[in-house]
Amino acid sequence: MLRASSELAARMKEAEGFNAWACFHCGTCTALCPLGYEILPRKLFREAMLGLEDRVRASIPQIFSCLLCRMCEENCPAEVHIAENIRTLRYLINRQEFGLK
Amino acid sequence: MSLPIAPILGILSDNLRKRGSVLPLSKRTATGWARGLGLPRGGETILYTGQMYQMIPALEVMSAQMAALENSFMTRFFGIGRVFNKFVNLSFFMSLSASSEKKRHSNQVLRDIAGLLREAGVEFGYLYEEELYAGALVHDEGMDEVFANHARRVAERLKKQGVRRLITVDPHTTNILRQVYPRYVKDFDIQVQSYLEVLAEAHPEATEPVNGEVVVHDSCVYARYEKMFDQPRELLRAAGLAVRDPELSGKSSHCCGGPLESLFPAEAHRISGARVDQLEAKGKNVVTMCPICKVNLSKAAGNRLIIHDIATTLAACRRQAAPNG
Repeated sequence: MLRASSELAARMKEAEGFNAWACFHCGTCTALCPLGYEILPRKLFREAMLGLEDRVRASIPQIFSCLLCRMCEENCPAEVHIAENIRTLRYLINRQEFGLK
Repeated sequence: MSLPIAPILGILSDNLRKRGSVLPLSKRTATGWARGLGLPRGGETILYTGQMYQMIPALEVMSAQMAALENSFMTRFFGIGRVFNKFVNLSFFMSLSASSEKKRHSNQVLRDIAGLLREAGVEFGYLYEEELYAGALVHDEGMDEVFANHARRVAERLKKQGVRRLITVDPHTTNILRQVYPRYVKDFDIQVQSYLEVLAEAHPEATEPVNGEVVVHDSCVYARYEKMFDQPRELLRAAGLAVRDPELSGKSSHCCGGPLESLFPAEAHRISGARVDQLEAKGKNVVTMCPICKVNLSKAAGNRLIIHDIATTLAACRRQAAPNG
C-alpha cells in the first residue's frame, strides 16, 4: 500500500521553481541521462507531487547523484526545469531528513 | 556501504558558514598564484578566481580519500568527522598533503589567464585575501539558506570594494555569480563575464597555424547553463589550432562526472570513463575549460589522453607564435 503525505504534496505545489506539472512522461530525460537511472526524473517528480514520501525517501541516493548537467533539460519538450526541480527536492530533503539548511 | 550523504553535506555547509569556503585554504595557497605579477589590489574590474583552481590539489586528495572509503566500514564514522571538523579544519590537512607539482600547475593556469587578459589590453585588479569562494557547490546540493547568507557576504564585500565588473575563470563561479546571485541578493548588479568571453570580445588577431589539433570538451555549465560554446573554439582557432569536436559537444556535451566526486566517487569514475572513450575517438590532446572537468577526465584517462586547460593551451600558442615577444 502507498502512503501519501498531503504535506509533501502541498510543499511541492508551493515550491518556488518546481515546474514538473508540464511533464507528459515522454521519457526523453530518462533516455538521455548519462547516469542511466530509470527513475530520474519523471517518475520521481510525479511521486513527489503525489506526496509519496516513502518513495521519495527511498530515492535519496538518486536525487543526490544527479549531475545537474542539464542534458535532459536541454532536450525536454515540455521545458521542465529538471535540474532546478532536483535542487528543490534536495532542499526539502536537507531540511526534513538531514537537519541541514 | 555508500558514502553517507548527510554528514558530508554537513561538513561542506559548516565549512562555508564558519570558514567562508567548502574547502578552506590558507591565504598563501589562495593568493600565491598572483605573487610577482604586480596586479593592482581592488578596482572596478576584478579578476575573480573564486578559489576554484586553487582548491583542485586539495580536492584531488579529498576525492582519493573518499574513493578509498566508499563501501568500507569507515563510512559509519563520518558523523564523528563532522563534529571534529567543527573545531579543526580537516581540509587544511588535505591541502598540506596535496602535491606541490599540482599546486604549481593550478597557479600557472591562473597566471596564464592573467597574462592572456593583459595581452588583450584588459585592465583589471585582484582582491587577494579579500576574495571568497562563491558558494556553487552548496547551492547545487540544495542548502539554500547557508548559500544565501554566504552570497550576501560575498556581495557586501564586493560592494565595499567598489567592484563593478567581475572577470571569472571557471564555469561554476561564472554561473553562480551571473545567474544565481541576482536571485538571492537584492540589487546585485555587478557585471559578470568569463575571461573566455572577454578574450573573444577583444577579437584576438589570428596567428600562424602552430601545427596542432585539439579535441574540445565543453563544460556542462558553460554550454548548457551559460550557452557559451563558440568563444573557446574561436579563441583556439585564432591561436592557430585545428579544433575537433567529440561525439557529444557544445550544448549536447557529455558530463565529466565531476559533480559526483565527493558523494559517489565510483559513479563519477564511470561517467568520466564514458567521456574519455568519446574524446579518445577524436584525438589525444584534449582541451578543457573547467578545473573540475580537467581533474576528473585526467584521472579516468591515465596515459590515454593529454588533458590541457584551455588557458595553458592559448598561452603556449601565443608564446610559440611570438617566441621573442
